[in-house]
Amino acid sequence: MKGTRICILILALFAVWTLPVGCGGGGGSNGSSGSSGSVCGSLAAQTIAATTTNVQPITVNGGPEGIVNSAYTSVTVCAPGTATCQTIANVLVDTGSFGLRLLSSALPAALYTTATAGNLGECVIFADGSYVWGPLQEFDVYIAGEKASSVPVHVLDPTFYAIKMPSACLSGGGPNDDTLAELGANGILGIGPIQYDCGNDCVNDTLYPVGQVYPYYNCSSLGGCVKTDVPLSQQVQNPVALFSTDNNGVIVELPAVSGPTASVNGSLVFGIGTQSNNGLGSATVFTLNPNYLYSFNTIFNGISYPYSFIDSGSNGYFFTDSTISKDSNGWYIPSSTLSLSATNKGYNGNSSNVCFSVSNADSMFGTYPHDFVFNNLAGYTVGYFDWGLPFFYGRNVYTSITPDGNGSYWAY
Amino acid sequence: MSMVIQTTMRFLMLRVLLVVIAHVVLASPPPASAALGGDETTVSVDQASMKGTLRSTPGKAYTVHEIKAQTGTVVREYLSPAGKIFAVVWQGPFLPDLRQLFGSHFEQFSQSAQNLKGQHPRVRGPLLIQEPGLVVQTGGHMRAYFGRAYIPELVPQGVPIEEIQ
Repeated sequence: MKGTRICILILALFAVWTLPVGCGGGGGSNGSSGSSGSVCGSLAAQTIAATTTNVQPITVNGGPEGIVNSAYTSVTVCAPGTATCQTIANVLVDTGSFGLRLLSSALPAALYTTATAGNLGECVIFADGSYVWGPLQEFDVYIAGEKASSVPVHVLDPTFYAIKMPSACLSGGGPNDDTLAELGANGILGIGPIQYDCGNDCVNDTLYPVGQVYPYYNCSSLGGCVKTDVPLSQQVQNPVALFSTDNNGVIVELPAVSGPTASVNGSLVFGIGTQSNNGLGSATVFTLNPNYLYSFNTIFNGISYPYSFIDSGSNGYFFTDSTISKDSNGWYIPSSTLSLSATNKGYNGNSSNVCFSVSNADSMFGTYPHDFVFNNLAGYTVGYFDWGLPFFYGRNVYTSITPDGNGSYWAY
Repeated sequence: MSMVIQTTMRFLMLRVLLVVIAHVVLASPPPASAALGGDETTVSVDQASMKGTLRSTPGKAYTVHEIKAQTGTVVREYLSPAGKIFAVVWQGPFLPDLRQLFGSHFEQFSQSAQNLKGQHPRVRGPLLIQEPGLVVQTGGHMRAYFGRAYIPELVPQGVPIEEIQ
């Protein structure tokens, strides 16, 4: 902390200042500093896999509600063991969550109705405090040429035992996201580095969290919705883990962009090292630290953030830098583009420097109202560094899957 | 006879209705007291709510009360020399019940959170509320929640807010 303050003081004294090495790449300097470029070099050459049996196209185009830096794909779900199916477009590709969640409004009556839903309900709260609610239902899930049978899927249905919905769902403070307008997608494809969306805390009822938001409830019209335990196999879970092949992880591949762009297309590749198109190649592996909620360490401005993560479902870089101005949403609005850098360190000790730029969010949104790809978009948060979708432009980002996160990794 | 039955039925239905209403009201009682803005005694209320262990670390500028739940979720409550909880910080696999932690400040927070969501271009990520009487940052991702809330006018003089993490 002390070192950081000294650095900030130095920066304050010299408005235009090339950052001393000890400060790391961040801070409040304006303009681009030459030193960080030589530390990070440029992005390595990238090959984006062509669509085939283990490769699904993805696109960043604003989606149905015009949300920037959000990658969408389509998913086909079928009643288990049948040919009664529906392809759902505009499903968010999210490496920051676990499991498939679909709006009930995107499902035809042949596949889902509130009346025939089971009794097991789930409520999930997102980073912004908003929540989704609805029953679990099994579907066969098809993506590209891959299939997962009888996958527990979270159907987002605000009418499911509506007046019995556990009040805990409201404890994040945010609105209900069970509609297209609020979710900005027909669903979320959660393909993060852990298989299960709750894990052992939801299996053993002696471990039920109290005073915290518990996800699973058994609902009945007389008894209301009460906490219930759910075996791992029946929890909402990363559908990729249930594929018969190519089930150990994914690669999100999006091209580099030089500035605000209307849209980009890329690929979601299934499996790591299972086919000729999904090898690790020269990518560096960063294993997740079990002591820090399966995160990795990002060092920025000389401060370690051991709870940091890579998340395609976040639409900017999010980190703490109190020297950069921000707007009422928390987007950073520096007076000119900042060239920053940070170091990522895995639990396995591997590390790499990452250079990135932060431009004035409000200026960009004003100048490019029809664009949805913003590589220099960043915002404020506290407690961690979140490498959101801008990090993915120009990199093939690997996310492995293990049941509980042990041994899982990100690689790029 | 039929009138009597009807009246009895109505009485029964009314009773059922009352029981249902009571059930709904009792299921979500307003927190009796809560950490943020409260005094030191509210720490034990939050500890009980999370069935957590408590570790208190006195300091020169403030005292930190750290509650740790069995799940690993941690809540830190910062007590000023004036005897008020001026900040709460949380991290862990489950989001702590913010209605309990925020108490009377929850309504203001919730209203602001819902208003912000309607704004474009929308943030998919952390939430930032900056209001005169309340600053809240929430974020993280599934199975890893983080956040901080504080009341600016209760923060002891000379304490940089970056220190409250």
